[in-house]
Amino acid sequence: MQTLIHQIVAGLATGCIYASIALAISMVHQSTHQLNFAQGEMAMFSTFIAWALMQAGLSYFSAFALTVIVSFVLGMLIERFIIRPVGKTSQLSMVVVVIGLLLVCNSSAGWIWGYDVRPFPSPFPDDMRLLGGYVTAHEAGSFCITMAMLIALYLFFRFTPLGLAMRAAAQNPVSSRLVGVRVDLLFGVGWGLAAAIGAVAGITVAHVLFLDVNMMAGAVLYGFAAALVGGIDNPWGAIAGGFLIGVVENLLGAYVVGNDLKLTVALLIIVGVLTFKPAGIFGVQRVRRV
Amino acid sequence: MNRKMTVLTVALSLAFAGQALAQKKYPPGITDTEIKVGQTSPLSGPASAYGTIPKVQMAYFKMLNEQGGINGRKINLIALDDAYSPPKTVEQVRRLVEKDQVAFIFNILGTAPNISVRKYLNSKKIPQLFTAAGASTFGNYKEYPWTIVLQPSYKDEARIYVEYLKKNKPDAKVALFTGNDDAGKDYVDGIKEAMGPELAKKMIVAEATFESTDPTVDSQVISLQASGADTLFVHAVSKWASMTIRKVYDIGWKPLFILSATGTSVSGVLAPAGLEKAKGIITAYYLKDPNDPQWANDQGYKDWLAFMKKYYPEGSTGDQLNVYGYTMAQALVQTLKQCGDDLSRENIMKQAANLDIALPMLLPGIKIKTGPTDYYGVQAQRMMRFNGQTWELFGDIIGEN
Amino acid sequence: MVDVADTMPVADAGHTKRVSFSEKWAWLPVLVIAVCLPFLVSDYRLFQGTLTLNYALVLFGLTILTGYSGQISLGHGAFYALGAYITAILITRFDVPYWATLPVSAVVCLAVGFVFGRPALRLEGHYLALATFALAVATPQFLKHKVLQPYTGGVGGILFTKPEAPFDLPISADAWIYWFTLFVTAILFVIGRNLLKGRIGRALLAIRDHPTAARAMGVDSAFFKSMAFAVSALFAGVAGSLGAISVQFVAPDSFYPLLSIMFLVGAVIGGLHSWWGPLFGAMFLQFIPNITDDMSKSASWAIYGVLMILSVFLMRDGIAGAINRLWGVLRRIAGARA
Repeated sequence: MQTLIHQIVAGLATGCIYASIALAISMVHQSTHQLNFAQGEMAMFSTFIAWALMQAGLSYFSAFALTVIVSFVLGMLIERFIIRPVGKTSQLSMVVVVIGLLLVCNSSAGWIWGYDVRPFPSPFPDDMRLLGGYVTAHEAGSFCITMAMLIALYLFFRFTPLGLAMRAAAQNPVSSRLVGVRVDLLFGVGWGLAAAIGAVAGITVAHVLFLDVNMMAGAVLYGFAAALVGGIDNPWGAIAGGFLIGVVENLLGAYVVGNDLKLTVALLIIVGVLTFKPAGIFGVQRVRRV
Repeated sequence: MNRKMTVLTVALSLAFAGQALAQKKYPPGITDTEIKVGQTSPLSGPASAYGTIPKVQMAYFKMLNEQGGINGRKINLIALDDAYSPPKTVEQVRRLVEKDQVAFIFNILGTAPNISVRKYLNSKKIPQLFTAAGASTFGNYKEYPWTIVLQPSYKDEARIYVEYLKKNKPDAKVALFTGNDDAGKDYVDGIKEAMGPELAKKMIVAEATFESTDPTVDSQVISLQASGADTLFVHAVSKWASMTIRKVYDIGWKPLFILSATGTSVSGVLAPAGLEKAKGIITAYYLKDPNDPQWANDQGYKDWLAFMKKYYPEGSTGDQLNVYGYTMAQALVQTLKQCGDDLSRENIMKQAANLDIALPMLLPGIKIKTGPTDYYGVQAQRMMRFNGQTWELFGDIIGEN
Repeated sequence: MVDVADTMPVADAGHTKRVSFSEKWAWLPVLVIAVCLPFLVSDYRLFQGTLTLNYALVLFGLTILTGYSGQISLGHGAFYALGAYITAILITRFDVPYWATLPVSAVVCLAVGFVFGRPALRLEGHYLALATFALAVATPQFLKHKVLQPYTGGVGGILFTKPEAPFDLPISADAWIYWFTLFVTAILFVIGRNLLKGRIGRALLAIRDHPTAARAMGVDSAFFKSMAFAVSALFAGVAGSLGAISVQFVAPDSFYPLLSIMFLVGAVIGGLHSWWGPLFGAMFLQFIPNITDDMSKSASWAIYGVLMILSVFLMRDGIAGAINRLWGVLRRIAGARA
C-alpha cells in the first residue's frame, strides 16, 4: 500500500514535467493551430542559455527572468523568419520545417556547449521533504510553478484584449483580419509565449532530468501524448493529461506490464482513447460545416 | 622548353613507377607516407555524446603525425557518422573499404553496428580492430578471426561483482536494474551465469529495466526498494546512472550499491547526482578516471591532460570517453609499431592479437594482453569504492592479465 | 487537417492530357540508366542505389497515403521494420528463399495496415500523426520484448547471409541484389500507379475532395481509406524486406523513431505532386546526411536541418516540382529561340 502511494506520488511528480511541456505545445496550437515538434529542443536550448548566464555570474532568478525574455524574442523571430514564410497552406511542409528546426536546435546546442551531462540548480532546498517524505521540495515547487503558469494563461486568454484577440486570430484568421486584428503579429506572440513557457518548463525540469542536449528526447514524447490526450486546445486538459499519463505509466510499469512495455501500452491506451474521444478527454468536439 | 618537358616526363614516369611499386608492395590503405584507417560512430543523433571518441583519436593521431608518425607513416583516420543505425554502419563501412580503401577498421562504436559489419569484414579478411562495445560475442576468434576487442566484456565485469558478493555478502538479496539494451542484457546474463541457476534464484529478488526514452527512473527505483532487496546492481550510462543514484538516496534506501563501470565518471555521473549521495558505491574498472584527484600527480594523467589542452582543447577533460579513446588509439599505435614495415592485413591482425602492454591510463597493474587464442584485451579489473570525493581502489586485481 | 489541394499528384488531377511527350516518356531513359548502373559504378555505389530504391518504395507508399487519402503517417517505420523482420525470421528460421519472403511480408503488412487503418480513420490531422508516431516509438521496444526474443533475437538482432546471384551468373552479389530490388520496385510502382488510376484511386479522390457527395453516392469511404493505409503499409513492408536482404542484418536500433518522421520529410521534400517525387526524396534521405557529415563533424545535423528548411522555402512542390518548373522554363526559352 505504501509503495502504491509512493508510485502515485512519483507519477504525479513526473506528470508535472509532462504537463509543463504539454502546456507549451498546447500554447502554440491554441494560438496558431500548429504542432511544434521542435518544442522540446527549443526548451532545451533555452535551458542552456539559462545555464550559460549562470556560468557568467548571474543569480538563479535573474538568469531565469532573462532567459524567459530571450526565449520569447527567439520564439517570435523563429515564427517570423522560419515559420511564416512557409505559409498556412501546407501542413506537410510545416512538418518538414519544424523537424529541420529540431535538428538545428539539437545539433547546434551540442556544437556550442558539448554533450556533457550537467547538474542544474534548483531554487528549492535539496534536503527538505514534504507530505510524509514522499515529495521533495523541488517537486512541490515545480507543481506550484506549473499551476501558476496555467492560471496566468487562463487569465490572459480569458480577460486580456491581447489574449482574446489571439484566440480569435487562431480560430478564424480571415474574419479577424477583416475586423482589424493584426493576425501575423499575434501568431508571432503565440510562438514567443510558447517559447517562454518552454523555457520555464526546461529550467524547472532540468534539475530532475539533468541538463544535456538530449534531455528532452523522452520527455517531449510524453508531453505530446499528454497534450493530445487531454485536448490540445485546452490548457487545463493538457495539464490534466500530463498528470494522468505520469500516474498511469507508473502504475502500468510497476504492477501490470513491466517497465519495458509501459510506454507502448500507455501509447496504445492513448490511441484507444482518441479513437473514442477524438478531441481528447477534456477537449471539446468542434462541429464543422461540410 | 624542351628540357622542361623532359624533366616533367621523367618526373611523371617516376611518379607512376613509384606508385606502381607502392601498390605492388603495400596492401590497400598503406603507402610509404600514410596508413589509412576507417571508423564509424554516432556523430549525430541521440547517441552523439560518443562522437567525442573519434575526435580525441583524430587529435591523438595529429600529435603523433607531428612527431613523425609511425616509421615515417602518418595515420589518417577517416571517421564517418552512422548515427548508431546498423544499416548506416554497413553503408559507411563499405564506403571506407571499397571507396576510401582503408587498411583496416578501428573502434566502431556499439554492439549492433559492430555485429552488422562483422561478417562482411571477416569475409573480406579486413581487420576489425578493438570494437568499442563490450559484448562478449566479439572475442570469438574461432568464428571471426578478424574481429578483436580490447575493453573488458560486460560478462567478465559481472562475474567480478558476483565473486565479491559470494565472499562478502553471501545472503544478499539482489535487485538488478539495467538499461533495456545489449549491454544491460549482457550484464544480467553475466550475473546469472556467474551465480548459477540455484544461487540466482535465491539471491535475485527483483529485476527492472529502463528505456532510453524514459524521462525518469523514479518508478523503477521505488518498485525495487519495495522488493526488500538489500543489494542493488545498476547498469546505466550518464544521466540514467545519476538519476538512479539520486533517487535511491532521496527515498532513504541504503542498499549495497554496485554500479557498472559504464556509469562511474565522477564529473559526468556522480557530481550531477550529488557526491555525498554517491558515497559507498562500489564498482570495477580498468581506466584511470580523469576527474579523480588521486591521479593529479600521476605522469600518465599529466601527459593526457597536456595532450588534451594542446590538441583537443574543445574536448571535455572530465569525460572518461576521452580517456577511453586515447587509450584505444595508443593500443593501435602499439599494434602498428609492432608490425614494422610489414603492414599487410594478415600481419596487422597478427600483431593486434599479440599485444602485451601496460598503457599509461590503465589502472596500475592492468595490462592489455592478447594472443592468437585470446581475443579479449583487458580482462583484469580492480574494484573501487567511492568515498564522497574519489574512487578508492581496494582488493587485488581480479581476473587474469 | 492536411490541406488536400496541396497534396494532389498532378498526373491524376485531370491534367493528364496536358502531359507533354517528354514528360510522358521521361521514365524510359531513367529506367535504362538504372538498369545499366551495375556496369557503370562500383559495388559500394550500387549498395547505396539499392538503399535509395528501398526508401523510394516507402516514400511512394506515403505519397499514396497523403496524396490520395489526405492522411499523415509518422509511423511507417513500423511497417518497414515489420517487413524486415518477417524476411529475416523466415530466412533464418524457416529456410525460406529470400525472394519468397516478399509476398509474405506484403500480405502481412497489408493486413496489419488495414487493421490499423480502420480505427485511425476516426483520427484527424495531429491526432493521427500522434497515433501513427506511437506505432513508430513502440516498434523497437516491442522487438526487444522477451516474449518475442526467441524470434527477433532481442537487442542483438538477426544476422543472415547475403544471397548470391543465381545460375552462377558472373555478377557480384551487390549487382544481383540491386537488379532484384529494381525489378520489385518497378513492378510495385506500376501496380501502385494503375491501382490509383483505376476505381480505387477515383474513389479515394472523390472521398478526399467531396466526402459528403461520395458518401451520398454510396462509396464506402471507411473501406477505401483503410485500403489506402493498407497499401501504403504494403509498400513500406516490402521495402523493409528488401532493405533487410541488402543489409543482411536487422536490429531494433535500425528502426529508431526518427526514421518514421524522416520518411515523411523525404516524401514532402521529394514532392507529393509527382510520381518522381519519391525517387528524389529517397536520394535526399540517402545522400544528404553523407554530404553534411563530410562538411562538418561537429554540426552535421544542423546543416542537414538547414537544408531541409531551405528546400521547403525554395521548392514549394518538392524537388520534383522544381525540376518540372525548370524544365518548363528551359522549353520556353528553346521555344522562343526557334
